[in-house]
Amino acid sequence: MICMRMRGVMESTLVAAAMTGAGIGSAHAGLRYNMPEGVSEISRSVYSLHMAMFWVCVAIGALVFGAMIYSIVRFRKSAGAQPANFHENTAIELIWTAIPFAILVIMTIPAAGLLIKMDDTSQSDMTIKITGYQWKWHYDYLDQDVSFFSALAQDSNAARQLGAQIDLKSVDHYLLNVDHPVVVPVGKKIRFLITSNDVIHSWWVSDLAVKKDAIPGFINEFWTRIDVPGIYRGQCAELCGRDHGFMPIVVEAKTPEDYAAWLDAQHAAKAQQTAMVNGAALAAAR
Amino acid sequence: MSEQVLGHDEHDHGPDPQFLRRWITTTNHKDLGALYLWFSLLMFLVGGAMALVIRAELFQPGMQLVRPEFFNQMTTMHALVMIFGGVMPAFVGLSNWLLPVMLGAPDMALPRLNNWGFWILPFAFTLLISTLFMPGGAPAGGWTMYPPLVLQTGLAFPFLIFSVHLLGVSSIMGGINVIATILNLRAPGMTLMKMPLFAWSWLITAFLIIAVMPVLAGAVTMLLMDKYFGTSFFNAAGGGDPVLFQHVFWFFGHPEVYILILPAFGIVSHIIPTFSRKPLFGHASMVYAMSAIAFLSFIVWAHHMFTVGLPLAAELFFMFATMLIAVPTGVKVFNWTATMWRGSLSFETPMLFALGFVFMFTIGGFSGLMLAMAPADFQYQDTYFVVAHFHYVLVPGAVYSIMAAVYFWLPKWTGHMYDERLGKLHFWLSTIGVNLTFFPMHFSGLAGMPRRIPDYALQFTTFNQISSVGAFMFGFSQLLFVYIVIKCVRGGEKATAQVWEGAEGLEWTLPSPPPYHSFTIPPLVT
Repeated sequence: MICMRMRGVMESTLVAAAMTGAGIGSAHAGLRYNMPEGVSEISRSVYSLHMAMFWVCVAIGALVFGAMIYSIVRFRKSAGAQPANFHENTAIELIWTAIPFAILVIMTIPAAGLLIKMDDTSQSDMTIKITGYQWKWHYDYLDQDVSFFSALAQDSNAARQLGAQIDLKSVDHYLLNVDHPVVVPVGKKIRFLITSNDVIHSWWVSDLAVKKDAIPGFINEFWTRIDVPGIYRGQCAELCGRDHGFMPIVVEAKTPEDYAAWLDAQHAAKAQQTAMVNGAALAAAR
Repeated sequence: MSEQVLGHDEHDHGPDPQFLRRWITTTNHKDLGALYLWFSLLMFLVGGAMALVIRAELFQPGMQLVRPEFFNQMTTMHALVMIFGGVMPAFVGLSNWLLPVMLGAPDMALPRLNNWGFWILPFAFTLLISTLFMPGGAPAGGWTMYPPLVLQTGLAFPFLIFSVHLLGVSSIMGGINVIATILNLRAPGMTLMKMPLFAWSWLITAFLIIAVMPVLAGAVTMLLMDKYFGTSFFNAAGGGDPVLFQHVFWFFGHPEVYILILPAFGIVSHIIPTFSRKPLFGHASMVYAMSAIAFLSFIVWAHHMFTVGLPLAAELFFMFATMLIAVPTGVKVFNWTATMWRGSLSFETPMLFALGFVFMFTIGGFSGLMLAMAPADFQYQDTYFVVAHFHYVLVPGAVYSIMAAVYFWLPKWTGHMYDERLGKLHFWLSTIGVNLTFFPMHFSGLAGMPRRIPDYALQFTTFNQISSVGAFMFGFSQLLFVYIVIKCVRGGEKATAQVWEGAEGLEWTLPSPPPYHSFTIPPLVT
């Protein structure tokens, strides 16, 4: 409860701080300045850990900076302060070594627990294999016979060229939109396998609190379980060459029914395509 | 015969009167210290100009000024120039200028090595910066040089590797010289525990340099082999592992971070007591804390790699080890605060920069503590939050300590006082600029902006504009610094030997400026 109230206070402080600078740029509705809480149990835990550590830092900072500012104000030579001559105190030195140590030990307990949870990819409901390319992503729904590339949307790509005279506000989610989003069901434990075809990339969607490097020749794994249907956006997080800034990630989380319908549509499209190719081959054979 | 011997022992000659011969052949610690410092100032301006190219492009979304490949060259070169050309040579220059006068020695222990160590640098940076004018341009794979990306570098690649080798050789020479000087040339009576903290910080730094620079040389040599000689150290298709490079690189890279900050701890531990008119609190615990930080720096490297897919046990270990660093670092900050407590404080420019250092370095320390938490780091890794973190410890951290040191010892070096009014102006302009630049980066990073991107989604616009305005303000304020230094070198109010009321240490017993061969007769320390 107290935690919730403190969060409110801190958010309004930050908003005020951000607003001071907002006059310079165009004001955006809902300016984001903090990590999103996200849409999975894990992402919410990560957010809580982040905020807990933030408040620990604020508390220590208030003490240390407070003592420094007090010294600066109170012990000025110009105000006639006479210097003391102490330069050692074993007791106090032991205390300010032991207390931070104790705080850190306390902080590692939830962190370690969360890390162990994030590492457990067992008992997943489905698996999607991600492959990084310079500069797009490939998604392969294992056992579903669905796979496709996902690259920066055409309108963003046109607008991001040097000297392009396109109003960026007219572009749908400039730089954060793709031609084929990766579609997943909510409420299912989705395991991702990730690798790369060329250099190292990193797949990051902050609403899911997942970031994992795509490393050529090796397969990494991670998982998520999304609670809320919606569209979640991210970007490649590891420098991967010229167009590193232009290979976004879009995750579309659907209800299981909608997801099944999407999967059926993919299968149907694929079947039609196969039929067309076969038909063309047949025609050619004749 | 006896005359010849006398002539040989005669060390009281001044510098070579011929300008070029003096500066090229000098083995004098003050001349070389000055060369190092001027060189680092030049590199600071070059690297700063690159940063301003970055900030100009990022002023608004969309690509306005440069192509993405050139943007990547700028981020890569900015880091290499600032780390190896700006901060490291500045600290080596300070060690050159200050160690002999602090320890009561006539010069560094290995003067010829000293000359060589410096003169490698201009060649190394000529090689590195010349790549900007080559077909294909400068290295663009990041200063961390991760394969396989760095292997896509064109003609610049061998120049990058060779200049990194040269920079490593130069640093190792500097490190050896510092150790030899500190262990052999201390004045009689100056035990190690009585030694000034700047010397302590550099002794520890020098060991770190000697330990890790060869590791970097090994790592980049393996890159060279992979590129030109058909090996597969980092190529999975040939049985290698790209992540191996990251392990080796960060085994160098994390101690390197402390190479960039430990001398700053030493400098601040001189300045705060001076202007508090009170001895440093916890001299011994400062030494232990720096040693602990140096030791820990060797066992935390993989916190730069939490997202590469480490085994769970490794992630837990590196998280715990990293958080431990906060303990000795905290001790240092508490000691500085306790030094000020019940002192008699005045706020000349060096003190302002030292206080700026303690405040803002601590902010960087806090974000470091947050970054240490592996589960949260998955969100922070490779975002602007990290950029904010390491710039807070490096710019208002390391760079501020260098500026504090310059203002603090400049009267000693030149014999003139600098312009106090302009110095304070420089401090306030820089401090406003640096915070406008880097504080909003915490927000843009948390909100989801990855680092090393030349263009960004519209929601990051506001924070980036503030950062860019701040960067230009900080950058142009440094021209004021250049002016202040040149003005002080050329003349000004005469400085006394003591310079600062509260200053303590052997360097303040020498006249300002000190004689060419600082202490020809070792002083007795009691």
